[in-house]
Amino acid sequence: MDDAIVVRDLLVDRGGRRVLDGISCTVPRGAVTGLLGPSGSGKTTFMRAVVGVQVVTGGTVTVLGEPAGTPALRRQVGYLTQAPSVYADLTVRENARYFAALHGRGRAEADQAISDVGLARAASQLVGTLSGGQRSRASLACALVGEPELVILDEPTVGQDPVLRADLWARFHAMAAAGTTLLVSSHVMDEAARCDRLLLIREGRLIADDSPAAIRAAAGVDDLDEAFLRLIRAGEPGPATAGREAS
Amino acid sequence: MNPRILAATTGRILRQLRHDRRTIALLVVVPSALLTLVYFMYADQPTPPGQPSTFDRIALVMLGIFPFVIMFLVTSIAMLRERTSGTLERLLTTPLGKLDLLFGYGIAFGLAAAVQAAVAAGVAYWIFDLDTAGSSGLVIGIAVIDAVLGVALGLFCSAFARTEFQAVQFLPVVVVPQLLLCGLFVARDQMAGWLQALSDAFPLSYAIEALQEVGANAEPTGTMWRDVVVVLGAVVLALVLAAATLRRRSG
Repeated sequence: MDDAIVVRDLLVDRGGRRVLDGISCTVPRGAVTGLLGPSGSGKTTFMRAVVGVQVVTGGTVTVLGEPAGTPALRRQVGYLTQAPSVYADLTVRENARYFAALHGRGRAEADQAISDVGLARAASQLVGTLSGGQRSRASLACALVGEPELVILDEPTVGQDPVLRADLWARFHAMAAAGTTLLVSSHVMDEAARCDRLLLIREGRLIADDSPAAIRAAAGVDDLDEAFLRLIRAGEPGPATAGREAS
Repeated sequence: MNPRILAATTGRILRQLRHDRRTIALLVVVPSALLTLVYFMYADQPTPPGQPSTFDRIALVMLGIFPFVIMFLVTSIAMLRERTSGTLERLLTTPLGKLDLLFGYGIAFGLAAAVQAAVAAGVAYWIFDLDTAGSSGLVIGIAVIDAVLGVALGLFCSAFARTEFQAVQFLPVVVVPQLLLCGLFVARDQMAGWLQALSDAFPLSYAIEALQEVGANAEPTGTMWRDVVVVLGAVVLALVLAAATLRRRSG
């Protein structure tokens, strides 16, 4: 399979603590890959390493065939940070147009990105006056406006109402069908089922790397939440029942 | 640098400023209000024979100092906001070059300073009868260069501030010594040798000397041009250092 991201033995230390401890995995092109794990497990650090803004201690991260952070990649990668990073003193439209311009796109693409995240009616509102959920969608619009080949989304659906969440996931799958690669982090397990492939991280280590169906089969349960629990228990010292699945 | 990205960044910074009406009002009104204070402070002071009036001497220097101080502060805070809001890190993952961002700030705030300097100079010349031997256009031009110097130093210093408290403390550290030693309070050639050496190392001293040259001479002098070149050199140096301190990768 053609991989968009190849990670080998990734080590990252932050603040004197090992945050990522020897992660090796791949992310396939044209699919939605979920990055799951509890808060503090290293999801954001992993994404920062893929985008190329994280100082890494060891290992390699190859993105679209080039080392992560290479200048040419900045045209092809869209990054949504966990905290919305948009200008609060600009309107939604002004934000989208600015990030569109950075990627050589115009007003039409900016307006499209705004309506794609369901903010068309708030387009001329200052971001500072939006609700938390709207603000993070404004930030999402700015990550998608450049129509990047690889999209890294750090918790894009936190604080969104269920209908909007479903809309956003439908949008992610439509993008994947059109050839875009998406890496989406979440700590909500019900979103895991929506992914084509899953990476489960816990305490800086990769616990699972497979499709949701294969993970369910390996754990022997239908519920993904329960499956992850079994995988985690299986990886810990002590009595283990389920086999550990890691490709 | 990329002209399209530079233009988009400059436009974005100006748009942010446009949404902040109170800041615009402060930028335009405050220097003129302070000049008014200075005018009335010296209104009853006798003018020494054969010399410019005290108001003329001080107001001319003030026209260069206001944009420098104000743009230094505004830029330090603006850049710190880019850092703390996460927009800086996000920008650095896009095709934007570091110099696109830094020159974007320089141009945007330089334009704001041009408006500020023009209004302040208009008030000084037309209402308070400021008298300079050289042209008012040169005074405004040098004031804008002073503002850009403030922007460049602000961009560089903001790299060393993690919080707003720290950023504001750079005003007394970076700006006040330059004000004290620029020749406004004590003529530079009357200061002790080591103070003169410090004054010679500060870019603001050259900016003020350039204004004083315009005040005393009908035509631009060689000293004025040299001073302008020194200030512009300091601007470029500060921007290059600021670019060097902007790291795409962090821990």
